[in-house]
Amino acid sequence: MVETTVLARAIRRNAVQMVRRAKASHIASALSICDIVAVLYGRVLTINPAMPKAADRDRFILSKGHGCVAVYAALAECGFIAKEDLLTYGQDHSPLMNHISHKVPGVEFSTGSLGHGLPFGTGKALAAKRMKAAWKTYVLLSDGELGEGSNWEAMMFASHHGLDNLVAIVDYNKLQSLTTVDKTLRIEPLAAKFSAFGWSVQEVDGHDHAALATALGSAPWAPGRPSILIAHTTKGKGVSFMENRVEWHYRTPSTEQLAQALNELQEQSHA
Amino acid sequence: MRNAFVEELVELAAIHDHIALVVGDLGYSVVEPFADRFPDRFINAGVAEQNMTGLAAGMASEGYHIFTYSIANFPTFRCAEQIRNDVDYHQLPVTVVAVGGGLAYGALGYSHHAVQDYALMRSFPNMLIAAPGDPMEVRACMRYLVAHPQPSYLRLGKAGEPNFHSAVPEVQPGRWLKVADSQHSADGKRTLLSTGATLGIAMDWRNAPEYEQHSVYSLPLWSMASKAEQVAAAKKFDEIVTLEDHLVDGGFGSWMMEAIVGKPGVGARIVVHALKSDVCGTVGSQSTLNTLGGLGMS
Repeated sequence: MVETTVLARAIRRNAVQMVRRAKASHIASALSICDIVAVLYGRVLTINPAMPKAADRDRFILSKGHGCVAVYAALAECGFIAKEDLLTYGQDHSPLMNHISHKVPGVEFSTGSLGHGLPFGTGKALAAKRMKAAWKTYVLLSDGELGEGSNWEAMMFASHHGLDNLVAIVDYNKLQSLTTVDKTLRIEPLAAKFSAFGWSVQEVDGHDHAALATALGSAPWAPGRPSILIAHTTKGKGVSFMENRVEWHYRTPSTEQLAQALNELQEQSHA
Repeated sequence: MRNAFVEELVELAAIHDHIALVVGDLGYSVVEPFADRFPDRFINAGVAEQNMTGLAAGMASEGYHIFTYSIANFPTFRCAEQIRNDVDYHQLPVTVVAVGGGLAYGALGYSHHAVQDYALMRSFPNMLIAAPGDPMEVRACMRYLVAHPQPSYLRLGKAGEPNFHSAVPEVQPGRWLKVADSQHSADGKRTLLSTGATLGIAMDWRNAPEYEQHSVYSLPLWSMASKAEQVAAAKKFDEIVTLEDHLVDGGFGSWMMEAIVGKPGVGARIVVHALKSDVCGTVGSQSTLNTLGGLGMS
């Protein structure tokens, strides 16, 4: 079994390089979820890179599709795609689009418009129940995304139908496009909201691999109820000048900034 | 048409285990035969069309052919992006069913008038529009859609439309179905071409002096992909009069014009009869509003 902290560092290194190469945005959104993605791909998900469409695989949906470089990097590190494929990210005609794309082996669903992943995942979870299949569906959402009403429609549906094979994770980094979540459209009390919608709720440090693995690996936490993990994260995690800075939702690192980012990530690997 | 839809759906679901029906809390006295017989494959998603369509796509991605069902604009415009991104882009077998196409819910007001739905659906590259003209065409479309699972839109009338075909016809995307010869055809070069529930109006207009030399065709299955086939069909005619209970903009006649105008060998004059925008914001019976919109009976 892969060491997930090693995997997370590899994902971060790839992510900053991909975004720099493609002159793309959303690096901070991707860095925010690298630990969650590493724990999912390294420990939690039942998946096989040799059979990306295996019937009994777990389904993972990245609803915050703009964080896609983290998932593309994980797919490359885990053998679903070649590491060289990452070089095509954002290039003309590449399947590795700047929002997560189902044209990439191992990706279940394309997103980019927010509020689509949870209803789609709810349909998968319902299908699994009706087919008496054992696999689970995991959906990773952003915090700002919770402004989309479709998520709350899906939450009502999933709890009403007892979809305990559905696990949602909220990347709660408290920043969205222009400013903080709190100043934009307040979502607190978040745990109480989810609980009131009939979900089983846990909260963790979204960069603590052991806590993530324990929580995600033990779902469902209550029979007959869907599970939602509030993962408290830092936007831009791992690169000091990107952490908690709203501008890194959009900015592309310069050559010098990329070098600094890679240095910092290298130092963390020796820590 | 509604009854033909649910009867056919029950018959098809008895054969195909992967057919399921997801409704948006509508279909009282329509969907019960399906719900009673296939409770495991009937889901009322509640008044939540975005989730209804998203979860339909999710189920379809696991092997189901999902029929979503609601009335007028609720299963289309309310969840347009779910249809665009989740269903059409992923090329999943979800059939969006809207009952009450056109002005069928005339008295219920603009919210319930489905007069822009073709415009929405024909803009999606993988979407097949099924707009049957009578209950026989409903059955034909249903059988085609189940045999050829893909993103699709089924637009149903609800006025107790009569049958114009004597049997269930063979249908193909883009293929014109002959429904009636002209009353006094000199050369068979003129036709009334309808899609959807205006077939009854076309059959009525055929009896008017103005159209006594026109045959009547129905085109129940059409799409972006079947545009190219229209040139060959149009070459047979000198005049094509299209009918639809939809606004002109983005509608069936516009689609046909885009398909044939300026194409080599097509000499047909095309006359588009669609609803004038005067119907928007006006209430009345379906026939009253159709007349106001320019689709009155002869």
